[in-house]
Amino acid sequence: MTTPNNCQALGLSQDEYQKITALIGREPSLTELAMFSVEWSEHCGYIHSKRMLQLLPKTGKYPTLIGEDSGGIIVDDLAIVFKMESHNHPSQVEPKQGAATGVGGIIRDIFTAGARPIALLDSLRFGSLSEPYNKYLMRGVVDGIQFYGNCLGVPTVGGEIYFDQSYNGNCLVNVMCIGTAKKNKLSRARTKGSGNSIIYAGSSTGRDGIGGCSILASKEFKRGEEKRPTVQIGDPFTEKCLIEATLEALATGYVTGIKDMGAAGLTCASSEMASSGHTGIEIELKGVPLREKNMAPWEIMMSESQERMLLCVKKGKEKIIEKIFSKWGLNAALIGKVTGGRLVRIKHKGKVVAEVKADDLTSAPLYEVPCVKPDYLETVNRLDLHRLAEPKDYNQVLLKLLGSPSIASKEWAYRQYDHMVQTNTLVLPGSDAAVLRLKGTRKAIAATTDCNSSYCYLNPYRGAQIAVAEAARNLVCAGAEPAAVTDCLNFGNPTKPDRFWQFKHCVEGITSACQFFNLPVVSGNVSFYNESPQGAIFPTPAIGMIGIIQDAKKICTQYFKKENEAVVLLGVSKEELGGSGYLKEIHKTVRGDAPELDLYLEEAVQKTAREAISKGLVSSAHDCAEGGLLVALAESCISDRDNLLGAVIDNLTFEIRPDALFFGESQSRIILSCKNSSVPKIRKIADKYKAPLRVIGKTGGKKLVVLNGKRKPIALPLEDLSKAWHKSLEKQVSL
Amino acid sequence: MKFGVVIFPGSNCDQDCFYVIKEVLKQPVEYIWHQSTDLAGFDAVILPGGFSYGDYLRTGAVARFSPVMKAVNKFAAQGGLVIGICNGFQILLEAGLLPGAMLRNRNLHFICKYVLVKAENTETAFSNLCRPEQILKIPIAHNEGNYYIDDAGLQELKQNNQIVLRYYKFNPNGSQDNIAGIINREGNVLGMMPHPERSAEEALGSRDGLLIFKSMLEYLQNKR
Repeated sequence: MTTPNNCQALGLSQDEYQKITALIGREPSLTELAMFSVEWSEHCGYIHSKRMLQLLPKTGKYPTLIGEDSGGIIVDDLAIVFKMESHNHPSQVEPKQGAATGVGGIIRDIFTAGARPIALLDSLRFGSLSEPYNKYLMRGVVDGIQFYGNCLGVPTVGGEIYFDQSYNGNCLVNVMCIGTAKKNKLSRARTKGSGNSIIYAGSSTGRDGIGGCSILASKEFKRGEEKRPTVQIGDPFTEKCLIEATLEALATGYVTGIKDMGAAGLTCASSEMASSGHTGIEIELKGVPLREKNMAPWEIMMSESQERMLLCVKKGKEKIIEKIFSKWGLNAALIGKVTGGRLVRIKHKGKVVAEVKADDLTSAPLYEVPCVKPDYLETVNRLDLHRLAEPKDYNQVLLKLLGSPSIASKEWAYRQYDHMVQTNTLVLPGSDAAVLRLKGTRKAIAATTDCNSSYCYLNPYRGAQIAVAEAARNLVCAGAEPAAVTDCLNFGNPTKPDRFWQFKHCVEGITSACQFFNLPVVSGNVSFYNESPQGAIFPTPAIGMIGIIQDAKKICTQYFKKENEAVVLLGVSKEELGGSGYLKEIHKTVRGDAPELDLYLEEAVQKTAREAISKGLVSSAHDCAEGGLLVALAESCISDRDNLLGAVIDNLTFEIRPDALFFGESQSRIILSCKNSSVPKIRKIADKYKAPLRVIGKTGGKKLVVLNGKRKPIALPLEDLSKAWHKSLEKQVSL
Repeated sequence: MKFGVVIFPGSNCDQDCFYVIKEVLKQPVEYIWHQSTDLAGFDAVILPGGFSYGDYLRTGAVARFSPVMKAVNKFAAQGGLVIGICNGFQILLEAGLLPGAMLRNRNLHFICKYVLVKAENTETAFSNLCRPEQILKIPIAHNEGNYYIDDAGLQELKQNNQIVLRYYKFNPNGSQDNIAGIINREGNVLGMMPHPERSAEEALGSRDGLLIFKSMLEYLQNKR
């Protein structure tokens, strides 16, 4: 019935074919083979990552929810559900639709849990903008996000965009969605109750996206391959109606389980629901609404057409559910039932075309992978600061860094996203973290995404730790207490031992930092095979984090507010330049080791800032990150575009090289501004937690002035800083 | 005073408008499904922002054929207050309840940001609590907000004092004569691109939008 050629076309190995034959005791049918190929793919089966992922902590301060498709935490009677997911390869092939369907897919994971989506964040990586194709990618991805997210009425409130050569040929599009629900209203992605009905709802099924998860997401890019037909096409209007209809249907209490048909479509939804529910399932494909003629059973089972749901509905209540979907102009078709036993049985016009155990489909073989320290580390980790010339003109260095695309304002992108709809956004994009109020409570949540992949390239373990620490620091700067994590782990081909080493060390880094901060990893996604003919991407374990703000009135933003306030530095600046934006942009190299990270110091600094903010002592708080101290200070001066405010920094210590002092990226540093009378109170808090604190200057004036030892001070008019930072990205992305 | 918020498939500011009327303005409010044909009992109707029918064909072009629009027409003809915000404004244009048409933004991008608008006519049912020439801080979020009308039409708008809101200092979308909001000749139908429901609470950065809803309430209470 099937041949080795079928296997290869479906992305299965000969070995896997033998395993399948042994499992089911006969040659598989084409439909069965197709189903195994998608369920056993890297994307669905986590075949190279599952063992490592078991390390990640699952508990924290708040009770955690680990669902089938997403996870979250419970705060009072509210469930906050969130997850981040990648759509890298589709976006590299077709940026607008790739990004759009990335947004659509992650949103479905949230509302199938019974939660209303309240916010989106995007963590994006592109190659250098000097390449026209990367401009095209960035414009297309931003267009796809605005096209889909704006229409849905889910605000895109934050995220990050970085640029590096390593993403030439393989961009990253990671989308995070947050939703909320009353904790007793959550739904699960599993079947329940033999005899209950299986209803298909949403868009009809076409031939789009066949093999999206197995062929596209689970292989690296090679020269001269055409993969566009494996990208799905999104329709945000249908998705918006699907959100409303699904939440209305769930509110009836007659839906006992629900799952979206995303990657691997109907195969994944049916087999995974049955496997999680410990039941069998029987589906008649004749009832599936189709948009193309003569679709073969295997095509229907593998299609990744968007905006579709599979529901398990109490027997006798089918009409009520169907009526809700039809009110919203959507298909709803009874296509099957829950059965006893554990079999997934697929029929086509009465004839059985597949019959396999649900658990066989969902228990993909896991692979032990050899793991070897990459050769490149020995070379790139060497950085001799004595041989690095100090810049002559620090003004020019600062302007250049502010205008470099990874550091420059991302306003060009977020201006195109509706970030205010739903009227919860208390801190708009452009500060360290987005803040959203939770209507009906006094609380708010802060959300951010973070990952410096240069650090992860130089030191995967510490780089991943830093991603966690920095995400937490960003939330603290908004006044929040970090509460939980989702991760999106982007790496190269895991069957190459040095790539797997990076993956392993990053997961261990995330694990150790999360354990230290008592943060659970409630959900996540792994994206392997991010390689093009020029090599693998930098390891990019993107961290999405949310934090809780007890009193929505006590929030903080990164920009200076008033003249003549004290500028305070929490933490210490060390002589380290490894992996810095300064080295990359000015000295054109990514070298050295990632900055040191002392988790105890990090904790002390974060606790000090949070307590000071919650006591109302702080006017602004900003994390020191890419570009170091001077970039952070400049951002505090200019990021509120309509209210630029200068500063004079006259009390830095010069025990280290000036370029390291100004542009080094030592971790665990926060810049605060506050009333002069608040300084002693903040100092007392810092002493309590043993956090280093130094008043380094004061706000005021129309310039940023920084004394530079015996040399001429750094002094730049705010307009120049603002122009470099605000205008640069728009200029570079223009055609 | 009872407000109604229409839901078209694809509306996405319906819940925000509902929230402002109920929780901030503290007035009774109900949703109106787009297939409803009866607006009896409502004092004011809000056509909210969003992407009705996915903006297919043209913004508002499909929504104007929804059954509820017949009822809205009748409601307006009888003097009921109708406010169309963003996509609601676009629908009012397509339905012919207001003159002119909407083009894509000058920069061809969706734009979401706070802008300043000047209250040009403060004698209307929607702006009577604004001071003359008061500058309001209200956000926009649209792709097609570039209001267009021919010269004769523009003259007529001016002569009849129908321009209620103009962008102040900075015109974000290229609209003719900096128009941000207009009213019909009878004075009971307003369309505006900025979102007053997003700027009705201090926590969100501005309370200026609330003046629009409060003006409506003031008008309705005086009318009784």
